[in-house]
Amino acid sequence: MPSVLPLGDPAPSDGLLPPQAADGAADRAFGLYVHIPFCAVRCGYCDFNTYTATELGGGASQDAYASTAISEVRLAAEVLKTSGLPDRRMSTVFFGGGTPTLLPAEDLARILGAAIEVWGLEPGAEVTTEANPDSVTPESLQLLADAGFTRVSFGMQSAVPHVLKVLDRTHTPSRVPQVVRWAREAGLAVSLDLIYGTPGESLADWRYSLETALSYEPDHISAYALIVEDGTKLAAQIRRGEVPGIDDDDHADKYELADQLIGEAGLSWYEVSNWARTPEQACRHNLAYWRGDDWWGIGPGAHSHVGGVRWWNVKHPTAYAGRLSGGVSPAAGRETLDAETRNVERVMLEARLSSGLDVSGLGTSGQHAVAGLIADGLVDPVSAFRGRLVLTLKGRLLADAVVRRILPD
Amino acid sequence: MSPMARTAPVPAATDPAIIRNFCIIAHIDHGKSTLADRMLQYTGVVQSRDMKAQYLDRMDIERERGITIKSQAVRMPWEVEGTSYALNMIDTPGHVDFTYEVSRSLAACEGAVLLVDAAQGIEAQTLANLYLAMENNLTIIPVLNKIDLPAAQPEKYAEELANLIGGDPDDVLRVSGKTGMGVEVLLDKIVRDLPAPVGDPNAPARAMIFDSVYDTYRGVVTYVRVVDGMLHPRERIQMMSTRATHELLEIGVSSPEPTPSKGLGVGEVGYLITGVKDVRLSKVGDTVTNLAKPASQSLPGYADAKPMVFSGLYPLDGTDYPVLRDALEKLMLNDAALVYQPETSAALGFGFRVGFLGLLHLEITRERLEREYKLDLISTAPNVEYEVTLEDKKVVHVTNPSEYPTGKVAEVREPMVSATILAPNEFVGAIMELCQSRRGVMGGMDYLSEDRVEIRYRLPLAEIVFDFFDILKSKTRGYGSLDWKADGDQVADLVKVDIMLQGEQVDAFSAITHREKAYAYGVMMTGKLRELIPRQQFEVPIQAAIGSRIIARESIRAIRKDVLAKCYGGDISRKRKLLEKQKEGKKRMKMVGRVEVPQEAFIAALTTDESKDKAKK
Repeated sequence: MPSVLPLGDPAPSDGLLPPQAADGAADRAFGLYVHIPFCAVRCGYCDFNTYTATELGGGASQDAYASTAISEVRLAAEVLKTSGLPDRRMSTVFFGGGTPTLLPAEDLARILGAAIEVWGLEPGAEVTTEANPDSVTPESLQLLADAGFTRVSFGMQSAVPHVLKVLDRTHTPSRVPQVVRWAREAGLAVSLDLIYGTPGESLADWRYSLETALSYEPDHISAYALIVEDGTKLAAQIRRGEVPGIDDDDHADKYELADQLIGEAGLSWYEVSNWARTPEQACRHNLAYWRGDDWWGIGPGAHSHVGGVRWWNVKHPTAYAGRLSGGVSPAAGRETLDAETRNVERVMLEARLSSGLDVSGLGTSGQHAVAGLIADGLVDPVSAFRGRLVLTLKGRLLADAVVRRILPD
Repeated sequence: MSPMARTAPVPAATDPAIIRNFCIIAHIDHGKSTLADRMLQYTGVVQSRDMKAQYLDRMDIERERGITIKSQAVRMPWEVEGTSYALNMIDTPGHVDFTYEVSRSLAACEGAVLLVDAAQGIEAQTLANLYLAMENNLTIIPVLNKIDLPAAQPEKYAEELANLIGGDPDDVLRVSGKTGMGVEVLLDKIVRDLPAPVGDPNAPARAMIFDSVYDTYRGVVTYVRVVDGMLHPRERIQMMSTRATHELLEIGVSSPEPTPSKGLGVGEVGYLITGVKDVRLSKVGDTVTNLAKPASQSLPGYADAKPMVFSGLYPLDGTDYPVLRDALEKLMLNDAALVYQPETSAALGFGFRVGFLGLLHLEITRERLEREYKLDLISTAPNVEYEVTLEDKKVVHVTNPSEYPTGKVAEVREPMVSATILAPNEFVGAIMELCQSRRGVMGGMDYLSEDRVEIRYRLPLAEIVFDFFDILKSKTRGYGSLDWKADGDQVADLVKVDIMLQGEQVDAFSAITHREKAYAYGVMMTGKLRELIPRQQFEVPIQAAIGSRIIARESIRAIRKDVLAKCYGGDISRKRKLLEKQKEGKKRMKMVGRVEVPQEAFIAALTTDESKDKAKK
């Protein structure tokens, strides 16, 4: 998550949710996100809420983190109950970061165990952790699988050393096939995360990364365009002219190549930046974000959403730990969405999915815009005819523009 | 040296023999207002403690820019050898656009103080006004100002002035408005050297209007110089050009605050208040007479203000149109030269085509609209008025490229100016090059002094209204100065160049240019727009055309990526806020067909690179 929190209303110290959060909750899936705010080194492009070991101390240290996170899990269960939400088992769990695997596997297992203890898991639930190829072993992966994890998403990013160097990634490319094999041996589904458009990366470099990743036969691939965030080391390097800037046309070329090669390898897109070998292997936790399901985000700076109420925790691990140790909700701010805003979000999020957006819910001006979008080759005509707005390849690259065109002014 | 007058002559009962009417001819920053301030102080009409810097310049813009737009007249007492005199200082507008107003101010005087910065020498507009004063047979008192400056070169410029008006360099007075040095000597010299006004006190009243100003509380305040007879309060007066009659509600002199008097007699200068609300009813140059005993002949020199430069003014935010309309109405009350009419542009929406005396007039008006009425405006490239004769002999006057007839044109005439440029002689080549590239024909060249020249050119007005002055300034490292006056018209080989975005003509970018320059304009504008218009979801061709013939083309490649790859760990709020921001941005776009053009692109495309950054707000 980004280091800057949104502006919103203050959140109450007991974390209690307004009544609307409970409306229709029984029909919505419930998920858990756990943020692990630690990294061995900070990558030059990253503006996520994460810290290296030397940056933190006291109650916010890595050693104490699992216990702190577990105290939020327990607080969350209480808040949901007191706010009138029904008991729901977790459909999906996702550990992200930072680098979750920088914590001992036992800590991750302990946090997951605590969550299972208070909520329970749906049968067939998806439980993912992100992992750095450097920070897993066959033993740690086995321990995670035994604790209930079903899936691991490796931050491979690129197979090209000079690209990894610009990204400040420390792993050697040859380690990736090894960790993929270990994960499979532990019974975990495997996803690979790639980044394209890194300064200095050629189209051939990107092709090599894609082909290499696909040769490991992952169940799932995410490919994200590099975003240069203000305040990162990379942004400063580009500003000083030390590395070339970002070129949207280059991004478009690389996205098209990704879609082609990943498609040829038998995976299909289900969200603008995500491809899965089968529909069942799509990341259901990820889909929950786009579909507006409920989830609780554990950890400093983590975002949550329950029934049109979005909130986010205080950013710094020390402040976060301090709040929880005082029995106070770590929520820093929140917003309660009205019907119109929820509709805007629904359009904005669902348009990104291969399952598409219900055209009939668009309103007159939005429906009117669809013909133009078809004419411009941005929307698939056959799906539109059947009442779903589904983006074409060109449309996926211009998804934000499409959304602006279908939303009322 | 004279003391401050012990008794001031009383208005309406002042012998013309003790009246001296003078103006100060000076360039914008040569220190006229500071000198005037010092005179007000030394003659005792303004106490030192009340002294605001540049007392006479009333509007903020004037004070900030250090220029005088509207003139005023101040009556000051001054004693020489035991006699109290009444000095009327008539403040003249200091800019090229207001030549006519200057000529009327000069006509109200018997003499002029020629004020020149001792560090800079005479400038073109000052020279032009000096010639005007000499044509009017005014007595000239040459004065070098700012002699306290370290950079002052009084010997050099005294010689220059002596060459220009004849006489000895030693007769050129040296003063400092800032320190007050030499100011009293100057006041004495005004009394001694300038002739007293002459007129017939028994003839029917004739007074010339040399300025009229709208005041929110009092209505129009008209400034006059009485030539013959006498004007009294409560009598009915008549404007001789319009035959309009008014009751004189108040008559008086400024000293410098308005002070009612029992009237104004021969040679006196003062103000009239009739209760009218529009300066157009009190025209500069017109003659005021007494309705009961009217004069048979008006004073010479009256002319209507004629707009020379036209520009479309459009509010950035279309909903501000009524604000702009009201603002123009109010400005018009105080600006007889301002003309406007509603205009619609496909690209810019509703606005007004406004006629101005010149570029400065345009800039000042625009700045006042933005500042006083909090408007954000787009102004289209300034245009002159063309006279287009069609093959069927029909004549059309075109002030806007979009009105240019599409039919068969027999002849186009464009307004011409005669321009005077003063500059150090090292820049002569650069100036000639510039003028020739603007279709100028050289009229002559003279040395003002060893190293300064006066160059005269006849140029099409259209060639100087856009960026000429800025380029002149940069080519002469700031030393060049320009003056121009209208000088008839000429037949020209002109064409209209249209700019099209995706086949849609954008009226705001059309231009009437000389045929030889059409291609350059087309290449420049299409290239500029290619840089300024963001990529769209489709390719956008930009073309320049004369009629149906394409003379230049560019194209904006389609944007291929406009999607945020990632939603960070469920931070949907951030993504939504970004979307809302983008949608806000979209609202500020003007649609040209399907092409979204940001307001900034219009502004940037209509601004020249050379023109200085007019820092907005």
